[in-house]
Amino acid sequence: MADTKERKLPAPVASPETQAYWDAAAQGKLLIRKCTSCGELHHYPRTICPFCFSDKTEWIEASGKGTIYSYSVMRRAPVPYAMAYVTLAEGPRMVTNIVDCDFDKLKCEQPVKVVFKPTEGNGPPLPMFTPA
Amino acid sequence: MSIKGKAYIAGIYEHPTRLAKDISLAQIHAQVAKGALEDAGLTKDDVDGYFCAGDAPGLGPMSMVEYMGLKPRHVDSTDTGGSSYLLHVAHAAEAIAMGKCKVALITLAGRPRAEGMATGTVPRSRGGTPTPDEPFEFPYGPTVVNMYAMCAMRHMHEFGTTSEQLAWIKVAASHHAQYNEHALLRDVVTVEDVVNSPMISDPLHRLDCCVITDGGGAIVVVAPEIAKSLKRPKVKLIGAGEFVKTQMGGKVDLTYSGARFSGATAFAEAGVKPSDMKYVSIYDSFTITVLMQLEDLGFCEKGKGGKLVADGNLISGTGKLPFNTDGGGLCSNHPANRGGLTKVLEAVRQLRGEAHPKVQVKNCDLALAHGTGGSLGLRHGSGTVILERE
Repeated sequence: MADTKERKLPAPVASPETQAYWDAAAQGKLLIRKCTSCGELHHYPRTICPFCFSDKTEWIEASGKGTIYSYSVMRRAPVPYAMAYVTLAEGPRMVTNIVDCDFDKLKCEQPVKVVFKPTEGNGPPLPMFTPA
Repeated sequence: MSIKGKAYIAGIYEHPTRLAKDISLAQIHAQVAKGALEDAGLTKDDVDGYFCAGDAPGLGPMSMVEYMGLKPRHVDSTDTGGSSYLLHVAHAAEAIAMGKCKVALITLAGRPRAEGMATGTVPRSRGGTPTPDEPFEFPYGPTVVNMYAMCAMRHMHEFGTTSEQLAWIKVAASHHAQYNEHALLRDVVTVEDVVNSPMISDPLHRLDCCVITDGGGAIVVVAPEIAKSLKRPKVKLIGAGEFVKTQMGGKVDLTYSGARFSGATAFAEAGVKPSDMKYVSIYDSFTITVLMQLEDLGFCEKGKGGKLVADGNLISGTGKLPFNTDGGGLCSNHPANRGGLTKVLEAVRQLRGEAHPKVQVKNCDLALAHGTGGSLGLRHGSGTVILERE
Protein backbone atom coordinates (compact mmCIF):
# COMPACT_ATOMS: atom_id res chain seq x y z
CA MET A 1 0.00 0.00 0.00
CA ALA A 2 1.06 3.52 -0.69
CA ASP A 3 1.23 6.45 1.66
CA THR A 4 2.43 4.43 4.64
CA LYS A 5 5.09 7.08 5.12
CA GLU A 6 4.27 10.75 4.96
CA ARG A 7 5.03 12.43 1.65
CA LYS A 8 5.47 16.18 1.89
CA LEU A 9 3.90 18.17 -0.93
CA PRO A 10 5.39 21.55 -1.84
CA ALA A 11 2.82 24.35 -1.90
CA PRO A 12 1.90 25.63 -5.36
CA VAL A 13 2.68 29.32 -5.88
CA ALA A 14 -0.49 31.15 -6.93
CA SER A 15 -0.38 34.07 -9.35
CA PRO A 16 -3.02 36.78 -9.86
CA GLU A 17 -4.13 34.77 -12.89
CA THR A 18 -4.65 31.53 -10.95
CA GLN A 19 -5.57 32.62 -7.40
CA ALA A 20 -9.22 31.67 -7.90
CA TYR A 21 -8.23 28.12 -8.88
CA TRP A 22 -6.32 27.63 -5.63
CA ASP A 23 -8.99 29.37 -3.53
CA ALA A 24 -11.54 26.94 -4.99
CA ALA A 25 -9.24 24.00 -4.24
CA ALA A 26 -9.27 25.09 -0.60
CA GLN A 27 -13.09 24.74 -0.79
CA GLY A 28 -12.80 21.25 -2.29
CA LYS A 29 -13.69 22.39 -5.81
CA LEU A 30 -11.77 21.67 -9.02
CA LEU A 31 -12.02 24.50 -11.53
CA ILE A 32 -11.23 24.47 -15.22
CA ARG A 33 -11.08 27.34 -17.61
CA LYS A 34 -13.58 27.69 -20.43
CA CYS A 35 -13.44 29.97 -23.44
CA THR A 36 -16.86 31.46 -24.14
CA SER A 37 -15.70 32.47 -27.60
CA CYS A 38 -14.66 29.07 -29.05
CA GLY A 39 -16.22 26.91 -26.34
CA GLU A 40 -13.02 24.94 -25.62
CA LEU A 41 -11.94 23.99 -22.10
CA HIS A 42 -8.27 24.11 -21.23
CA HIS A 43 -5.81 23.27 -18.45
CA TYR A 44 -3.64 24.67 -16.82
CA PRO A 45 -5.84 27.78 -16.61
CA ARG A 46 -5.04 30.93 -18.58
CA THR A 47 -6.94 34.18 -19.09
CA ILE A 48 -6.31 34.07 -22.85
CA CYS A 49 -7.56 30.93 -24.58
CA PRO A 50 -4.64 28.85 -25.95
CA PHE A 51 -6.87 27.61 -28.78
CA CYS A 52 -8.46 30.78 -30.26
CA PHE A 53 -6.56 33.50 -28.33
CA SER A 54 -9.79 35.13 -27.16
CA ASP A 55 -9.69 36.82 -23.76
CA LYS A 56 -13.30 35.81 -23.08
CA THR A 57 -12.58 32.98 -20.64
CA GLU A 58 -14.30 31.99 -17.41
CA TRP A 59 -14.10 29.46 -14.59
CA ILE A 60 -16.35 26.44 -14.51
CA GLU A 61 -16.47 23.75 -11.83
CA ALA A 62 -15.40 20.29 -12.96
CA SER A 63 -17.28 17.17 -11.86
CA GLY A 64 -14.09 15.76 -10.35
CA LYS A 65 -14.53 12.58 -12.34
CA GLY A 66 -12.02 11.29 -14.85
CA THR A 67 -9.92 8.41 -16.12
CA ILE A 68 -6.20 7.68 -15.93
CA TYR A 69 -4.59 8.59 -19.28
CA SER A 70 -1.14 7.42 -18.18
CA TYR A 71 0.77 6.92 -14.94
CA SER A 72 4.13 5.88 -13.56
CA VAL A 73 5.00 4.80 -10.04
CA MET A 74 8.19 6.58 -9.02
CA ARG A 75 9.92 3.76 -7.14
CA ARG A 76 13.18 5.61 -6.59
CA ALA A 77 11.81 8.19 -4.15
CA PRO A 78 11.90 8.28 -0.33
CA VAL A 79 8.14 7.63 -0.48
CA PRO A 80 7.09 6.08 -3.81
CA TYR A 81 4.25 7.93 -5.54
CA ALA A 82 2.14 7.60 -8.68
CA MET A 83 2.62 10.37 -11.22
CA ALA A 84 -0.26 10.57 -13.69
CA TYR A 85 -2.17 12.38 -16.37
CA VAL A 86 -5.90 12.21 -15.73
CA THR A 87 -8.42 12.91 -18.48
CA LEU A 88 -11.22 14.88 -16.82
CA ALA A 89 -14.80 13.94 -17.71
CA GLU A 90 -15.04 17.45 -19.20
CA GLY A 91 -12.12 16.77 -21.58
CA PRO A 92 -8.83 18.37 -20.53
CA ARG A 93 -5.95 16.22 -19.28
CA MET A 94 -4.06 17.33 -16.19
CA VAL A 95 -0.80 16.44 -14.48
CA THR A 96 -1.60 14.92 -11.08
CA ASN A 97 -0.97 12.04 -8.69
CA ILE A 98 -3.02 8.92 -8.00
CA VAL A 99 -3.26 8.39 -4.23
CA ASP A 100 -4.82 6.22 -1.50
CA CYS A 101 -4.64 3.01 -3.51
CA ASP A 102 -2.58 -0.06 -4.37
CA PHE A 103 -0.13 1.24 -6.97
CA ASP A 104 0.39 -2.23 -8.43
CA LYS A 105 -3.25 -2.36 -9.54
CA LEU A 106 -3.32 0.92 -11.49
CA LYS A 107 -4.26 0.79 -15.17
CA CYS A 108 -4.63 3.23 -18.05
CA GLU A 109 -8.29 4.22 -18.57
CA GLN A 110 -9.17 3.33 -14.97
CA PRO A 111 -11.97 5.61 -13.58
CA VAL A 112 -10.86 8.00 -10.82
CA LYS A 113 -12.32 10.82 -8.73
CA VAL A 114 -10.77 13.95 -7.29
CA VAL A 115 -9.48 14.28 -3.71
CA PHE A 116 -7.61 17.24 -2.23
CA LYS A 117 -4.33 16.80 -0.38
CA PRO A 118 -2.79 19.38 1.98
CA THR A 119 0.51 21.03 1.08
CA GLU A 120 3.37 22.31 3.20
CA GLY A 121 3.09 25.58 5.11
CA ASN A 122 -0.71 25.72 4.84
CA GLY A 123 -0.45 26.23 1.10
CA PRO A 124 -3.46 25.55 -1.14
CA PRO A 125 -4.39 21.85 -1.32
CA LEU A 126 -3.57 19.92 -4.48
CA PRO A 127 -6.24 18.18 -6.54
CA MET A 128 -5.25 14.52 -6.84
CA PHE A 129 -7.20 11.43 -7.85
CA THR A 130 -8.12 8.09 -6.35
CA PRO A 131 -9.81 5.05 -7.93
CA ALA A 132 -13.56 5.72 -8.24
CA MET B 1 15.43 30.13 -49.49
CA SER B 2 16.86 26.98 -47.98
CA ILE B 3 19.92 25.97 -45.98
CA LYS B 4 20.46 23.00 -48.29
CA GLY B 5 24.12 22.98 -49.27
CA LYS B 6 24.78 26.38 -47.67
CA ALA B 7 26.95 25.09 -44.81
CA TYR B 8 29.33 22.26 -43.91
CA ILE B 9 30.42 20.68 -40.64
CA ALA B 10 34.17 21.09 -40.78
CA GLY B 11 35.26 20.33 -37.23
CA ILE B 12 34.09 18.16 -34.35
CA TYR B 13 35.44 17.22 -30.94
CA GLU B 14 34.16 15.16 -28.02
CA HIS B 15 35.83 15.56 -24.66
CA PRO B 16 37.22 12.17 -23.57
CA THR B 17 36.37 12.68 -19.90
CA ARG B 18 33.27 11.31 -18.26
CA LEU B 19 34.12 12.70 -14.79
CA ALA B 20 35.48 16.24 -14.66
CA LYS B 21 36.35 16.75 -11.00
CA ASP B 22 39.41 18.86 -11.70
CA ILE B 23 38.23 20.87 -14.70
CA SER B 24 35.98 23.95 -14.56
CA LEU B 25 32.86 24.29 -16.65
CA ALA B 26 34.27 27.19 -18.70
CA GLN B 27 37.50 25.24 -19.17
CA ILE B 28 35.63 22.29 -20.73
CA HIS B 29 33.84 24.66 -23.12
CA ALA B 30 37.20 26.09 -24.19
CA GLN B 31 38.88 22.67 -24.46
CA VAL B 32 36.19 21.32 -26.76
CA ALA B 33 36.23 24.53 -28.82
CA LYS B 34 39.98 24.17 -29.25
CA GLY B 35 39.60 20.51 -30.19
CA ALA B 36 36.96 21.14 -32.83
CA LEU B 37 38.84 24.07 -34.39
CA GLU B 38 42.03 21.98 -34.56
CA ASP B 39 40.06 19.13 -36.12
CA ALA B 40 38.83 21.54 -38.81
CA GLY B 41 42.23 23.11 -39.35
CA LEU B 42 41.00 26.52 -38.22
CA THR B 43 41.99 28.86 -35.40
CA LYS B 44 40.11 30.86 -32.81
CA ASP B 45 40.59 34.02 -34.85
CA ASP B 46 38.64 32.44 -37.72
CA VAL B 47 35.51 32.18 -35.54
CA ASP B 48 32.96 34.89 -36.32
CA GLY B 49 29.84 33.13 -35.01
CA TYR B 50 29.31 31.59 -31.56
CA PHE B 51 26.46 29.36 -30.40
CA CYS B 52 25.78 27.98 -26.93
CA ALA B 53 22.81 27.03 -24.73
CA GLY B 54 21.93 27.03 -21.04
CA ASP B 55 24.80 24.73 -20.07
CA ALA B 56 27.26 27.59 -20.71
CA PRO B 57 28.01 29.65 -17.61
CA GLY B 58 26.70 33.21 -17.58
CA LEU B 59 24.04 35.10 -19.45
CA GLY B 60 23.61 33.70 -22.96
CA PRO B 61 26.86 33.66 -24.91
CA MET B 62 28.57 36.55 -23.13
CA SER B 63 30.71 34.93 -20.45
CA MET B 64 32.06 32.27 -22.80
CA VAL B 65 32.76 34.80 -25.56
CA GLU B 66 34.85 36.73 -23.03
CA TYR B 67 36.53 33.65 -21.48
CA MET B 68 37.62 32.28 -24.85
CA GLY B 69 38.54 35.68 -26.28
CA LEU B 70 36.18 35.38 -29.24
CA LYS B 71 35.08 38.28 -31.44
CA PRO B 72 31.83 37.02 -32.99
CA ARG B 73 29.69 39.17 -35.25
CA HIS B 74 26.84 36.69 -34.82
CA VAL B 75 25.68 34.93 -31.61
CA ASP B 76 22.76 32.64 -30.78
CA SER B 77 21.91 31.08 -27.41
CA THR B 78 18.71 29.27 -28.39
CA ASP B 79 17.89 26.78 -25.65
CA THR B 80 15.60 23.80 -26.11
CA GLY B 81 17.48 21.68 -23.56
CA GLY B 82 19.36 18.68 -24.89
CA SER B 83 18.27 19.27 -28.49
CA SER B 84 19.63 22.85 -28.57
CA TYR B 85 22.74 21.87 -30.56
CA LEU B 86 20.71 20.39 -33.42
CA LEU B 87 18.98 23.75 -33.66
CA HIS B 88 22.34 25.50 -33.39
CA VAL B 89 23.68 23.58 -36.40
CA ALA B 90 20.61 24.64 -38.39
CA HIS B 91 20.72 28.23 -37.15
CA ALA B 92 24.44 28.43 -37.93
CA ALA B 93 23.68 27.34 -41.49
CA GLU B 94 20.95 29.99 -41.70
CA ALA B 95 23.33 32.67 -40.45
CA ILE B 96 26.02 31.53 -42.91
CA ALA B 97 23.50 31.50 -45.77
CA MET B 98 22.54 35.07 -44.88
CA GLY B 99 26.17 36.19 -44.77
CA LYS B 100 26.09 36.87 -41.02
CA CYS B 101 29.10 34.66 -40.30
CA LYS B 102 31.41 32.14 -42.00
CA VAL B 103 32.85 30.08 -39.17
CA ALA B 104 30.33 29.20 -36.47
CA LEU B 105 31.47 27.52 -33.26
CA ILE B 106 29.00 25.54 -31.11
CA THR B 107 30.03 24.35 -27.64
CA LEU B 108 28.49 22.19 -24.92
CA ALA B 109 29.89 21.26 -21.51
CA GLY B 110 28.70 20.10 -18.12
CA ARG B 111 29.71 18.49 -14.83
CA PRO B 112 26.52 16.94 -13.37
CA ARG B 113 28.46 13.89 -12.18
CA ALA B 114 31.24 15.80 -10.44
CA GLU B 115 28.59 18.00 -8.83
CA GLY B 116 26.62 14.97 -7.61
CA MET B 117 23.42 16.16 -9.24
CA ALA B 118 20.33 13.95 -8.80
CA THR B 119 19.60 14.23 -12.48
CA GLY B 120 16.63 12.02 -13.18
CA THR B 121 14.90 11.10 -9.97
CA VAL B 122 14.29 14.35 -8.07
CA PRO B 123 11.69 16.98 -9.08
CA ARG B 124 13.36 20.30 -9.81
CA SER B 125 11.97 23.79 -9.60
CA ARG B 126 13.74 26.34 -11.76
CA GLY B 127 13.59 28.91 -8.96
CA GLY B 128 12.83 32.59 -9.39
CA THR B 129 9.49 33.56 -10.92
CA PRO B 130 7.69 30.28 -11.59
CA THR B 131 6.89 29.37 -15.16
CA PRO B 132 3.09 29.40 -15.74
CA ASP B 133 3.04 25.60 -15.75
CA GLU B 134 5.08 25.12 -12.58
CA PRO B 135 2.35 25.42 -9.88
CA PHE B 136 0.29 22.84 -11.80
CA GLU B 137 3.15 20.36 -12.15
CA PHE B 138 6.06 20.73 -9.75
CA PRO B 139 4.16 19.98 -6.50
CA TYR B 140 3.14 16.60 -7.96
CA GLY B 141 6.74 15.44 -8.29
CA PRO B 142 7.48 15.28 -12.02
CA THR B 143 11.03 14.01 -12.55
CA VAL B 144 12.92 13.41 -15.75
CA VAL B 145 12.37 9.67 -15.54
CA ASN B 146 8.71 9.48 -14.49
CA MET B 147 7.54 11.83 -17.23
CA TYR B 148 9.30 9.75 -19.93
CA ALA B 149 7.98 6.63 -18.19
CA MET B 150 4.40 7.85 -18.64
CA CYS B 151 5.03 8.05 -22.40
CA ALA B 152 6.26 4.45 -22.32
CA MET B 153 3.25 3.36 -20.24
CA ARG B 154 0.78 4.90 -22.69
CA HIS B 155 2.69 3.51 -25.69
CA MET B 156 2.46 0.04 -24.16
CA HIS B 157 -1.26 0.55 -23.48
CA GLU B 158 -2.14 1.72 -26.99
CA PHE B 159 0.24 -0.33 -29.12
CA GLY B 160 1.23 -3.34 -27.01
CA THR B 161 4.89 -2.31 -26.92
CA THR B 162 6.84 -4.47 -24.45
CA SER B 163 9.71 -3.93 -22.01
CA GLU B 164 11.67 -6.53 -23.98
CA GLN B 165 11.33 -4.49 -27.18
CA LEU B 166 12.51 -1.35 -25.37
CA ALA B 167 15.40 -3.34 -23.91
CA TRP B 168 16.71 -4.12 -27.43
CA ILE B 169 17.54 -0.42 -27.81
CA LYS B 170 19.90 -0.58 -24.84
CA VAL B 171 21.29 -3.92 -26.03
CA ALA B 172 22.16 -2.40 -29.43
CA ALA B 173 23.78 0.65 -27.80
CA SER B 174 25.88 -1.64 -25.60
CA HIS B 175 27.06 -3.65 -28.61
CA HIS B 176 28.42 -0.38 -30.03
CA ALA B 177 29.82 0.98 -26.77
CA GLN B 178 32.14 -2.01 -26.32
CA TYR B 179 34.33 -0.52 -29.08
CA ASN B 180 34.35 3.04 -27.69
CA GLU B 181 37.31 3.39 -25.34
CA HIS B 182 35.78 6.52 -23.81
CA ALA B 183 32.31 5.06 -23.18
CA LEU B 184 31.23 5.03 -19.54
CA LEU B 185 29.59 1.59 -19.88
CA ARG B 186 31.39 -0.84 -22.20
CA ASP B 187 29.86 -4.17 -21.16
CA VAL B 188 27.52 -5.80 -23.65
CA VAL B 189 24.13 -6.38 -22.00
CA THR B 190 21.22 -8.67 -22.84
CA VAL B 191 17.48 -8.10 -22.94
CA GLU B 192 17.27 -10.06 -19.67
CA ASP B 193 19.86 -7.77 -18.06
CA VAL B 194 17.70 -4.75 -18.93
CA VAL B 195 14.32 -6.08 -17.83
CA ASN B 196 15.82 -7.55 -14.64
CA SER B 197 17.54 -4.30 -13.64
CA PRO B 198 15.82 -2.37 -10.82
CA MET B 199 12.58 -0.56 -11.68
CA ILE B 200 13.14 3.19 -11.43
CA SER B 201 9.73 4.46 -12.51
CA ASP B 202 7.33 2.00 -14.14
CA PRO B 203 7.87 0.77 -16.81
CA LEU B 204 11.44 2.09 -17.10
CA HIS B 205 14.24 0.08 -15.50
CA ARG B 206 17.66 1.36 -14.60
CA LEU B 207 19.11 0.09 -17.89
CA ASP B 208 16.36 1.89 -19.84
CA CYS B 209 17.96 5.15 -18.60
CA CYS B 210 20.95 6.99 -20.03
CA VAL B 211 24.19 7.57 -18.18
CA ILE B 212 25.05 10.68 -16.18
CA THR B 213 28.40 12.03 -17.32
CA ASP B 214 30.58 15.11 -17.35
CA GLY B 215 32.29 16.38 -20.45
CA GLY B 216 31.21 18.13 -23.58
CA GLY B 217 31.71 18.59 -27.27
CA ALA B 218 31.96 21.16 -30.01
CA ILE B 219 31.05 21.56 -33.66
CA VAL B 220 32.40 24.00 -36.25
CA VAL B 221 29.98 24.88 -39.06
CA VAL B 222 31.47 26.75 -42.02
CA ALA B 223 30.57 28.40 -45.30
CA PRO B 224 31.12 26.33 -48.50
CA GLU B 225 34.19 28.33 -49.57
CA ILE B 226 35.83 27.70 -46.18
CA ALA B 227 34.99 23.97 -46.37
CA LYS B 228 36.64 23.79 -49.81
CA SER B 229 39.86 25.29 -48.42
CA LEU B 230 40.14 22.69 -45.62
CA LYS B 231 41.61 19.19 -45.73
CA ARG B 232 38.85 17.33 -43.85
CA PRO B 233 36.15 15.20 -45.55
CA LYS B 234 33.21 17.38 -46.47
CA VAL B 235 29.98 16.89 -44.54
CA LYS B 236 27.21 19.03 -45.93
CA LEU B 237 24.00 20.07 -44.19
CA ILE B 238 21.09 19.41 -46.53
CA GLY B 239 18.02 19.70 -44.30
CA ALA B 240 16.90 20.74 -40.85
CA GLY B 241 13.74 21.09 -38.83
CA GLU B 242 12.66 22.14 -35.36
CA PHE B 243 9.45 21.99 -33.34
CA VAL B 244 8.20 22.58 -29.81
CA LYS B 245 5.60 20.08 -28.63
CA THR B 246 3.52 20.89 -25.57
CA GLN B 247 0.53 19.69 -23.54
CA MET B 248 -1.59 21.66 -25.99
CA GLY B 249 -3.83 23.27 -23.40
CA GLY B 250 -4.92 19.93 -21.95
CA LYS B 251 -5.06 17.91 -25.18
CA VAL B 252 -1.71 16.25 -24.50
CA ASP B 253 -0.96 13.08 -26.47
CA LEU B 254 1.99 11.15 -25.05
CA THR B 255 2.24 8.71 -27.95
CA TYR B 256 4.18 10.99 -30.28
CA SER B 257 6.95 13.56 -30.11
CA GLY B 258 7.84 16.76 -31.94
CA ALA B 259 10.01 14.63 -34.23
CA ARG B 260 6.87 14.12 -36.29
CA PHE B 261 7.15 17.76 -37.37
CA SER B 262 10.88 18.54 -37.14
CA GLY B 263 11.61 15.37 -39.10
CA ALA B 264 9.06 16.10 -41.82
CA THR B 265 10.48 19.60 -42.25
CA ALA B 266 14.05 18.30 -42.48
CA PHE B 267 13.24 15.50 -44.94
CA ALA B 268 11.28 17.91 -47.15
CA GLU B 269 14.14 20.40 -47.22
CA ALA B 270 16.72 17.71 -47.94
CA GLY B 271 14.56 16.03 -50.58
CA VAL B 272 15.26 12.58 -49.14
CA LYS B 273 13.26 10.01 -47.17
CA PRO B 274 13.88 7.91 -44.06
CA SER B 275 14.71 4.79 -46.07
CA ASP B 276 17.59 6.69 -47.73
CA MET B 277 19.42 7.08 -44.40
CA LYS B 278 22.51 4.88 -43.98
CA TYR B 279 22.99 5.82 -40.33
CA VAL B 280 20.93 7.58 -37.65
CA SER B 281 21.88 9.28 -34.39
CA ILE B 282 18.77 9.28 -32.22
CA TYR B 283 18.51 11.00 -28.85
CA ASP B 284 18.54 8.29 -26.22
CA SER B 285 17.81 9.78 -22.83
CA PHE B 286 15.71 6.64 -22.33
CA THR B 287 14.92 3.65 -24.49
CA ILE B 288 11.37 4.93 -25.06
CA THR B 289 12.77 8.21 -26.42
CA VAL B 290 14.48 6.31 -29.25
CA LEU B 291 11.46 4.20 -30.08
CA MET B 292 9.04 7.12 -30.29
CA GLN B 293 11.41 9.33 -32.29
CA LEU B 294 12.09 6.57 -34.84
CA GLU B 295 8.34 6.20 -35.37
CA ASP B 296 7.80 9.95 -35.55
CA LEU B 297 10.67 10.47 -38.00
CA GLY B 298 8.97 7.97 -40.31
CA PHE B 299 11.22 4.92 -39.99
CA CYS B 300 8.09 2.85 -39.37
CA GLU B 301 4.37 3.25 -38.84
CA LYS B 302 3.21 4.75 -35.52
CA GLY B 303 2.94 1.99 -32.96
CA LYS B 304 5.27 -0.41 -34.81
CA GLY B 305 8.47 0.90 -33.21
CA GLY B 306 8.73 -2.12 -30.92
CA LYS B 307 9.08 -4.42 -33.90
CA LEU B 308 11.50 -2.03 -35.62
CA VAL B 309 14.00 -1.92 -32.75
CA ALA B 310 13.79 -5.59 -31.65
CA ASP B 311 16.09 -8.49 -32.46
CA GLY B 312 19.22 -6.43 -33.00
CA ASN B 313 17.88 -4.36 -35.88
CA LEU B 314 19.69 -1.26 -34.58
CA ILE B 315 23.10 -2.98 -34.33
CA SER B 316 25.64 -1.85 -36.92
CA GLY B 317 26.78 -4.61 -39.23
CA THR B 318 23.84 -6.91 -38.61
CA GLY B 319 20.76 -4.69 -38.26
CA LYS B 320 19.02 -2.73 -40.98
CA LEU B 321 19.05 0.60 -39.15
CA PRO B 322 22.42 1.20 -37.42
CA PHE B 323 22.02 3.82 -34.69
CA ASN B 324 24.22 5.54 -32.09
CA THR B 325 27.37 3.65 -32.99
CA ASP B 326 29.36 5.46 -30.28
CA GLY B 327 27.17 3.83 -27.61
CA GLY B 328 25.04 6.97 -27.36
CA GLY B 329 23.67 8.40 -24.15
CA LEU B 330 22.56 4.98 -22.98
CA CYS B 331 26.17 3.74 -22.70
CA SER B 332 28.80 6.30 -23.67
CA ASN B 333 28.12 9.92 -22.82
CA HIS B 334 25.35 12.38 -21.94
CA PRO B 335 27.38 15.47 -21.04
CA ALA B 336 25.55 18.18 -19.10
CA ASN B 337 22.44 15.95 -19.26
CA ARG B 338 22.16 17.22 -22.83
CA GLY B 339 22.72 14.61 -25.50
CA GLY B 340 22.02 16.48 -28.74
CA LEU B 341 25.52 17.59 -29.59
CA THR B 342 27.09 14.14 -29.33
CA LYS B 343 24.40 12.91 -31.74
CA VAL B 344 25.80 15.20 -34.42
CA LEU B 345 29.37 14.13 -33.64
CA GLU B 346 28.81 10.42 -34.31
CA ALA B 347 26.84 11.19 -37.48
CA VAL B 348 29.81 13.24 -38.75
CA ARG B 349 32.25 10.45 -37.81
CA GLN B 350 30.14 7.97 -39.78
CA LEU B 351 29.97 10.24 -42.83
CA ARG B 352 33.73 10.85 -42.70
CA GLY B 353 34.38 7.11 -42.36
CA GLU B 354 36.01 7.80 -38.99
CA ALA B 355 33.74 5.74 -36.73
CA HIS B 356 35.30 2.71 -35.05
CA PRO B 357 35.96 0.08 -37.78
CA LYS B 358 33.75 -2.44 -35.94
CA VAL B 359 30.74 -0.12 -36.20
CA GLN B 360 31.51 1.94 -39.31
CA VAL B 361 28.63 1.75 -41.78
CA LYS B 362 29.84 0.93 -45.31
CA ASN B 363 29.43 3.69 -47.90
CA CYS B 364 27.82 5.95 -45.34
CA ASP B 365 26.85 8.99 -47.39
CA LEU B 366 23.56 10.07 -45.79
CA ALA B 367 22.87 10.37 -42.09
CA LEU B 368 20.36 11.89 -39.73
CA ALA B 369 20.81 13.30 -36.24
CA HIS B 370 17.83 14.02 -34.04
CA GLY B 371 17.32 15.32 -30.54
CA THR B 372 14.59 15.86 -27.95
CA GLY B 373 15.20 18.44 -25.23
CA GLY B 374 13.17 19.22 -22.13
CA SER B 375 10.68 16.57 -21.10
CA LEU B 376 9.04 14.20 -23.56
CA GLY B 377 6.00 13.99 -21.27
CA LEU B 378 5.62 17.69 -20.36
CA ARG B 379 6.97 19.91 -23.15
CA HIS B 380 9.96 19.43 -25.38
CA GLY B 381 11.94 20.90 -28.24
CA SER B 382 12.76 18.67 -31.20
CA GLY B 383 15.59 19.23 -33.65
CA THR B 384 16.50 17.21 -36.74
CA VAL B 385 19.42 17.63 -39.14
CA ILE B 386 20.19 15.63 -42.28
CA LEU B 387 23.80 15.44 -43.39
CA GLU B 388 25.42 14.28 -46.60
CA ARG B 389 29.00 13.33 -47.40
CA GLU B 390 30.18 15.20 -50.47
